[in-house]
Amino acid sequence: MIEIKKVSLWVIVNGVVHEDLVDPRLLLSDYLRINLGLTGTHVGCEHGVCGACTILVDGASSRSCLMLAIQANGLEICTVESLGSPDNLNPLQKAFNENHGLQCGFCTPGMLMTSTEMLQKYPLKTDEEIRELLSGNLCRCTGYQGIVDAVRECARKRDAGVISIEDISPRTERSL
Amino acid sequence: MRSYDDAKIIAGGQSLMPMMNFRVVQPSLVIDIGKLVELDFIRDDGEDIVIGALTRHNTVAKSDMVKQYLPVMHEALKHVAHLAVRNRGTIGGSLSHADPAAEYPMLSLLLDAKIYCESVDQKRTIPADEFFAGSLSTTLAEDEILTQIKFSKLKTHTGWAFEEFAQRDGDFALAAVGVLVDRDADSRIQNVKISMMGVGETALRLHSIESGLNGQTYSDGLLEAVRESLGDFLVPNTDLHASSEYRLHLAGQLFKRNFKSAWDRATIEKKND
Repeated sequence: MIEIKKVSLWVIVNGVVHEDLVDPRLLLSDYLRINLGLTGTHVGCEHGVCGACTILVDGASSRSCLMLAIQANGLEICTVESLGSPDNLNPLQKAFNENHGLQCGFCTPGMLMTSTEMLQKYPLKTDEEIRELLSGNLCRCTGYQGIVDAVRECARKRDAGVISIEDISPRTERSL
Repeated sequence: MRSYDDAKIIAGGQSLMPMMNFRVVQPSLVIDIGKLVELDFIRDDGEDIVIGALTRHNTVAKSDMVKQYLPVMHEALKHVAHLAVRNRGTIGGSLSHADPAAEYPMLSLLLDAKIYCESVDQKRTIPADEFFAGSLSTTLAEDEILTQIKFSKLKTHTGWAFEEFAQRDGDFALAAVGVLVDRDADSRIQNVKISMMGVGETALRLHSIESGLNGQTYSDGLLEAVRESLGDFLVPNTDLHASSEYRLHLAGQLFKRNFKSAWDRATIEKKND
């Protein structure tokens, strides 16, 4: 048995710097949930299929169950907690609510983080494009239509200038 | 890597991490090369496009250079995984993992890629044809890492096509087929290359079918005859997702469709082309 030394980790999570000593084997999803108590990130399949644990790593959606915490060293992580708060939902979360884009809510954090990147980087002109980009996130309740409706509504509002990219982007500490 | 006989390299981690989470592999040492930014590049080398091992799927999918010179790769990349996996997964990782239903192993065979590997004291180049040893296994030595992959640019007169069938966008293919083909001055089939995936232990190049087609005149009957003979060359697995017969059927239909698309794209070579 090899002695496993803890490894130092420096990471920005939702705008806050965290310095920690962690097991090299610790998954990023477990680090976020257990070490930092950010339980908004849900762990579904734990092998990269369901998308529930999706977070943003330097702005790019990633499966937190397919990253070791120490791989995030020096990077900026955003979880669902960086969007709106329960009594002050951001426009994307509001759209999910109003369009019945969730039922049990288990997939929702992953859906929201994937949609956040989509709204920041993609034109989302057609439902086909929205569905293709969301295809890595499974939902077993809604049948997806409400989710697609919510993302489409946000994309249209974005294009019309009703909401800005900033409104639907993760809030870092500066803006919290 | 030499001091641990079960060391593993991790790059994007999109294949290794699921296997570690399942405890299918339990390496005592994992070496993260994720920050070797010098291996993250797409370069125009005149005749070839060279792609660094650490180049993410999304970078290749959005590359104008790849779209222009390797259109068949651009097309195939549309089918690679999902957004979050494309953001992290790398070409070197996909090739080293060697999944029989992943796009890069198949593309490397179709395009006769050269795979560059390095160990502490040796560099070598492995032709794609000699790289895949079996399902999830390659001829990389235990102390070697893949560094870059070289693809010859397609000639502008070469016809190409790629199509795959999966149960959900971005899932592993049940079957996929890629075709490259040239037309000679008499409009006969030349330099045809056919590769398939999802229908064997590794991605496959179908050399014997290719040599049977070269020099022939294109016809629907010719393609139908090849489709009927596919069972002699392919023995797809039956699993939860599809039966062997169904995969063979898909491969046959995709072959006919893709060959026709590639043929329609191919133009007769001009002298100065």
